[in-house]
Amino acid sequence: MSQYVLRRLLIAVPSLLAISLVLFVVLALAPGDPFSELATNPNVPPEVQAALRAKFGLDDPIYLRYLHWLNAMLHGDWGFSFVSRMNVDTLILQRLPATLYVIGSAQVLALLIAIPVGVYAATKPYSLFDQIANTLAFVGFSLPTFFTGILFILIFSVTLDWLPFVYTTDIKATGIRWVLEMIRQAIMPVAVLGLFQAASMTRFVRSAMLDVIRLDYVTTARAKGLGQTTVIVKHVMRNAMIPVVTLIALQMPAVFGGAIVTEQIFRIPGIGSLLISSILSNDTPVVMAVTFVFACLVVLFNLIADVLYGWLDPRISLR
Amino acid sequence: MLDKELRSMIGQVKDGRMDRRAFIKRLAAVGLTAPLANQLLALGGVAMAQSPAVYKPTKRGGGGPLKVLWWQGPTLLNPHFATGTKDQDGSRLFYEPLASWDADGNLNPILAAEIPSLANGGLAADAKSVVWKIKPGVKWHDGKPLTADDFVFTWQYASDPATAAVSISTYGDITVEKVSDLSIRILFKTPTPFWANAFVGAYGCVLPKHLFADYKGSKSREAPNNLSPVGTGPYKFVEFKPGDVVRGELNPDYHMPNRPHFDTIEMKGGGDAVSAARAVIQTGEFDFAWNMQVEDDVLLRLEKGGKGKTLYATGGDIEFIAINFTDPNTEIDGERSSIKTKHPILSDPNVRKALALLVDRESVKKAIYGRAGRTTANYLNGPEKFVSKNTSWEFNIEKASKMLDDAGWKVGADGIREKDGKKFKLLYQTSTNGPRQKTQAIVKQACQKAGIDVELKSVVASVFFSSDVANPDTYPKFYADIEEFQIPMTQPDPALHMRRYISANVATKENKWQGQNFPRYVNKDYDAAIAAAETETDPVKRAALYIKCNDLLWQDTVFIPVMHRLKVEAAANNLRPALSGWANETDNIQDWYREA
Repeated sequence: MSQYVLRRLLIAVPSLLAISLVLFVVLALAPGDPFSELATNPNVPPEVQAALRAKFGLDDPIYLRYLHWLNAMLHGDWGFSFVSRMNVDTLILQRLPATLYVIGSAQVLALLIAIPVGVYAATKPYSLFDQIANTLAFVGFSLPTFFTGILFILIFSVTLDWLPFVYTTDIKATGIRWVLEMIRQAIMPVAVLGLFQAASMTRFVRSAMLDVIRLDYVTTARAKGLGQTTVIVKHVMRNAMIPVVTLIALQMPAVFGGAIVTEQIFRIPGIGSLLISSILSNDTPVVMAVTFVFACLVVLFNLIADVLYGWLDPRISLR
Repeated sequence: MLDKELRSMIGQVKDGRMDRRAFIKRLAAVGLTAPLANQLLALGGVAMAQSPAVYKPTKRGGGGPLKVLWWQGPTLLNPHFATGTKDQDGSRLFYEPLASWDADGNLNPILAAEIPSLANGGLAADAKSVVWKIKPGVKWHDGKPLTADDFVFTWQYASDPATAAVSISTYGDITVEKVSDLSIRILFKTPTPFWANAFVGAYGCVLPKHLFADYKGSKSREAPNNLSPVGTGPYKFVEFKPGDVVRGELNPDYHMPNRPHFDTIEMKGGGDAVSAARAVIQTGEFDFAWNMQVEDDVLLRLEKGGKGKTLYATGGDIEFIAINFTDPNTEIDGERSSIKTKHPILSDPNVRKALALLVDRESVKKAIYGRAGRTTANYLNGPEKFVSKNTSWEFNIEKASKMLDDAGWKVGADGIREKDGKKFKLLYQTSTNGPRQKTQAIVKQACQKAGIDVELKSVVASVFFSSDVANPDTYPKFYADIEEFQIPMTQPDPALHMRRYISANVATKENKWQGQNFPRYVNKDYDAAIAAAETETDPVKRAALYIKCNDLLWQDTVFIPVMHRLKVEAAANNLRPALSGWANETDNIQDWYREA
C-alpha cells in the first residue's frame, strides 16, 4: 500500500512538471501585457511601460522565465504579482477562506439534497416522486449559474429585498449576529451553486443505487426478512456509495478552485474571482500560481480517490 | 486688440476698480469662460479665488459609514505604483497631494497653504519654477509632522528608475528643492506654462519619508507600507484585501475643519457595472458606484426605482474615429502602415471630409450614450478655454456622395464606389466593447448608403491597447484604414493630449510603435503650433495656439470625433459627492457628505 502511494507520488512529479510547462508556455504566448492600462494614458510615456516590462523580466526569453519560475517555486516562492506588487501566496491565502466557506457549503448542500433524493428515487423507480426528481434534476443542470444567480438577485434582493447580493468579507458585528449575517449573505450563492451540483449528483446517486439494488444479495437480505430501511441503508447504500465517494473526492479540488461565474455575480472575493481578474489584467504570476496549485490538487485528490477506493472495496487491491 | 483690452481690465481688477465677477462677466460676453478668466487673473497677478465647494456639515464625523462600490477593486495602495485609476482612487483615501482639480478645472488646495500665483510670488515670470507653501500643522496618521522633506523625498523616490514608479513621467524631468521646512521649489528644465502637474492630482500624492526612506529604488517592492498606507488624508487605514476591499476610519486629526463627514469608509471591489448600478440605485445597499459604463436605457429603467440617481461630470474624454494616413496593406521593410507610404484612398482630403459627413453623431448619442455623451466637432473638448468655436459637423449622406463623385469615386455596378478599378473598401477596427461595436454598425450603415464597403473588426481590449510589439492588432500598429477608441484627458490641460500628433511622434517600426502619433499625421504647421504653445507663457496666446491645433486636426480630418464622453457615477439620493471631470472620483473625498 505505502509502496503504491510512493510510486504514484513519484509518477506525479513528471506530470506536474509537464503541466507547469504547458501552462507557462500558453500564458507566455497569450497576447496582452500587464501594463497595457498605461498605454492609453497620455500622462505616461511609452518608455515607462517599457521600463516596467524590463524590470519585471517580461522581455526575457520564455525558457529563461520558465526556469526562473520553476526555481522560485521549488524554493517555496510562488511569485510576485505585477498588478498588486505583493507576494502571490499572500494574495491566494487572503482569498481562500471565502471560497472554502461558500463552495464548501454548496457542496455540503448538494450532498444533503442529492443523497436522500437519489436514494429514495432509486427505491421507487418510475414512481411519481422519481419522475418529479428526474425532471427537476434536468431543469437544474440545464440552467447555467449565471442565469439562476441573476434570477435569485432579482427575486430576493431587488423585488423582495430580503437578502444582500454583495458579499462582504468583514461584517461589522460580533457573536451570534456575525454568524447570522454570514449565513444570510451566503444563502443565495450557496443555493445557486448547491442546487446546480445537486442536480447532477442526484442522477449519479440514483443510477449507482439502481445498479446495486437489483443484485442477488439484496434479494437474499430481503428474503431473510430484514426491513426495507435496513436493507437500503445497510446493504445497498454501503456499496452504492463507493463510486459516489470517488466522485466527491474528485470534486474536492473545485472547492479550492472556486467558482468563477458565481463568485463574479455575487462579488465573493474567492479564488475564482482572483483568477478571472488576474487573467483579465494579464497578471501571469497569479494566474500561473492559481492554475498550478489547482493542477497539484487535482493530481493529489486523484490519488486520494484511488486509495479510498481500495479501502472502501477490499476486492480492489492496489499494487 | 483683445489682448490690450484684457490687460487693462486685469489691471483694473488688480487695483480694485473692477470687481472679479464683473471681469468674468465681461469675458463671458466675448466668449471666454470663467476658468479661463480666473487663470488669466492668476497670471495677471491677481490671486485665484479659492471658491470652496459647498460643504454643509458643521462638525467632524457623525455621517455614519460610507459604502462605495468600485466594480474593479483597487489592487494596490501605493499611488506611485497605480497602473489604473482604481488604484489611484483607493490610495487617495489615505494619501493627499498639494492640490486637486475641482469641477471647473481650477486648483483646490489640499496640503498647500495657498495656490501659487505671480502675485504671491509662487510662480516665476519665466515659468521655469514654482514655489509651493505647505499648510502648517499637518500630521501623518502616525503623528509625525508633514514637512518639505517628505515632498523632496517623494520626488527622489518617484524619479528613480529603479523604483519602477508609474509616476516617473511626472517627476523625471523636474528638480524639487527644499526652501524651508514648509515650502518647496519645483524647477523645470524648460519654461513650463502648465506647472500644476507634480504634486497635484492622482500622481501628486506625497509619501511619508520616515516610512519609505529605506525602500527607495530597487527595494521599493519590499516596503511594508505599500499595503498599509500611512498618509495625511481624511481617513486612516484599517484594512486592505487586493481586488476585494479597502477600509478606512475617520482621521480625528485631519487638517481641514469639520471634515471628514463619514465615520468609516469601505470601498468594495469586484463584479460588473450593471449590478453595481443596481446595488446603488435600486436596492440602496451601497452609497456610491464608480464609472457606470452602462447603457443609458438600463440606467433610466433602474432610476425609476428611486433610491439613487446617476451623476455626470464633464471632462475632456473623447471617443473618435482616427484615419490612417498611410497604407496598411503595403509592406515596406517589414512594416505595414509605414510612414513612407500614402493611403490609397484616404490621403485625399475631400474623401476624408466626405467620410466625416457619414458619421451620424446624433444617432450615436441617442442610441448609445444618452446622457453620458455630447456631440462635438472638436478633438479637444476642454477645459472651456481651449475649446474651439470655429468648427462644425453635420451628417449628410447626399453631400458626402456628391463629394465622393467629385473626387472621382463613381458608384460601380455592385453599388460600391470605384476609381481606376480600385474599390472603395475600408477596414474599420475597434476594441471589443458594446457601445463601440454599435457605433461601428451605425457608421457602416451610412457608408453603405454612400457606396462605401466597410468591413468591421473588433479586437479584444487587452490586445488592442497592449504595447506588444509582436502583435499586429494593437492600435498603434494601426493595420486598418480607420479605427475607433477613446483617449481620456487626465488633466485639465491640453499639452500632453495634443502633443501626441507631432510628426516626430509617428509610430514606426523603428520606435517599436511607441510613437503616440498613430494616425501618422504629418503637418509642419501643427508641429510649429505645438512647439510654440509649449513655451508660451501668455495663457491667452497659448490657448489660441491649442485651438489652432484642434482646428488643424479638424480641417485635415485626422479624427472624426464621435462623442465627447462624460463621466457617469451612481450615488444614493442623499449623498453629495464632490466630483470633477478633471479628477478621479475620490480626488476630493474630504468634501463628500450626506444630506440629513
